[in-house]
Amino acid sequence: MSPTEIIDLSAAQAVRAIAAGELSAAELFDAYRARAADDKLNCFTWVAPEGSGGAGPSEHAQSDAPVADAPLAGVPLAVKDLFCTEGVPSQSGSRILEGYEPPYTATAVSRLEAAGASLLSKTNQDEFAMGSSNENSAFGPVLNPWDRTRVPGGSSGGSAAAVAAGLAPWALGTDTGGSIRQPAALCGIVGLKPTYGSVSRYGMIAFASSLDQAGPLTRDVTDAALLLRHMVGHDPCDATSLRFPHEIELPRAERMDGIRLGVPAELTGAEGIEPGVLQAFHAALDRAAQLGAEIVRDLSLPHAPHALSAYYVLAPAEASSNLARFDGVRYGLRAEAAKDLLDMYERTRHDGFGPEVKRRIMLGTYALSAGYYDAYYGRAQRVRTKIAEDFSTAFEAVDFIVTPTAPTVAFELGEKTSDPLAMYLNDYCTVPMSLAGIPAISIPCGLHDGLPVGLQIAGRAFSENALLDAAYALERALGFDGSPARA
Amino acid sequence: MIDRDEVLHVARLARLQLGEEEIEPLARELSAILDHVAHIGELDLEGVAPTSHVVEMTGSLRPDEPRECLPREVALAQAPAVSGAGFSVPSPQA
Repeated sequence: MSPTEIIDLSAAQAVRAIAAGELSAAELFDAYRARAADDKLNCFTWVAPEGSGGAGPSEHAQSDAPVADAPLAGVPLAVKDLFCTEGVPSQSGSRILEGYEPPYTATAVSRLEAAGASLLSKTNQDEFAMGSSNENSAFGPVLNPWDRTRVPGGSSGGSAAAVAAGLAPWALGTDTGGSIRQPAALCGIVGLKPTYGSVSRYGMIAFASSLDQAGPLTRDVTDAALLLRHMVGHDPCDATSLRFPHEIELPRAERMDGIRLGVPAELTGAEGIEPGVLQAFHAALDRAAQLGAEIVRDLSLPHAPHALSAYYVLAPAEASSNLARFDGVRYGLRAEAAKDLLDMYERTRHDGFGPEVKRRIMLGTYALSAGYYDAYYGRAQRVRTKIAEDFSTAFEAVDFIVTPTAPTVAFELGEKTSDPLAMYLNDYCTVPMSLAGIPAISIPCGLHDGLPVGLQIAGRAFSENALLDAAYALERALGFDGSPARA
Repeated sequence: MIDRDEVLHVARLARLQLGEEEIEPLARELSAILDHVAHIGELDLEGVAPTSHVVEMTGSLRPDEPRECLPREVALAQAPAVSGAGFSVPSPQA
């Protein structure tokens, strides 16, 4: 196979090609490694050295298991910087962790490696996953492969841009308030945030622990299912991880007969959603109806408009606590010439954190401080309960909830950096699902001004198989062409 | 509204030194964000329980058994300063 033919394969197709002996794992790895090494989008903070990976399919690949059940033998994987990878820089996009090489590997990564994936690269991200444009990385912004003057979204921007540009077959990201789904939408690929607790957080450099979830960023829905299958499950090292109640299946549905898709007024009629985005969204719903889905247009999530406010209390509060560990003592940066211990802490954190991280630490510390705790954190946790109840009620009437993933297509670099609130509004449609802990997928549903629009589909906790089936049927019907980004 | 003194107080709580040029923008930005999030104050949340965990789960206790941990030299390998068998830090009181 030529390098171009190799790159055109989805990850699942590459697994099949390796199993059939049409392609070797080393050829596949080398084709991607060469592209990653030549990256012009600033997707990566580390790329595997030449000759390091794809040594050959594991013994499992030669077993008699059906192709769809074959492990991931040899298929290279891009991994967001914030996953700890033993002996490989894991910096969470931050100056304070520059050059940090962890002594162990995150469970999500080690599970995928055990299934045969090989580590191709670490991907650029917003610092500590705080951002919606990748402009908060200490290692520079990532460019959107559809238009290099625009952002790829964030915080998993390097992962999304790398997959869209064919610099990696697939990638791991994390999603706290939309950090998988929004960049997937802005880069024209698929991104899935699983049910909270379904993937271990062990070895993920924490942002907001009650919200952080690892998930796949992939070229299509089948790849998302295949990657997720090898990620889920209880991990003794993460007490919030759960036993996933069933195996993740590869999606097969061609129709959506009888499936009720709820369109929440609060997240689809809001000011600030671009008309072109809404147009692509409604056109996708028309396709779903043609596949037999019932579109329920009078659905309400009454507390959803308050989700963003609750989120921007809770996530910074948790972050201010999680990021207390970066103090210049055990790893990472230490400011020189401190006059005492406190001075060393304060100067290290001054030097090591970027502006958005400082802003959120300040916001979270304020919200948790004496006299304000009940008004902010306490109230936000109650709002969160109401939001989760809204979803429970909605799922009595519908099977899935659909919204645009992001209010706009990819915006210009620098367009929103001076206004934190404008940046936060990127998360308007994705944050409610995060607060409720439910799974949600973004699939590309069309173009507006030549840039991809994402459709978000959210389901009940642990409904991933049904969610993937619905997304797959719709993906086939929509026939979105992502190849321009790989050119 | 967050003023300069409040910014400096919170920064001290967060163990974060701020440059002079960072203080005024932070006061302005934090005020704008808090104005926005203050909308949750309008909701009637009487009797609503705060979320503790989004997916129902019971306590996940395990037996308290000794296990291997990171070797000391591995744990110390990434430290900015090491003294003997431990992390080295500046004196708490200079």
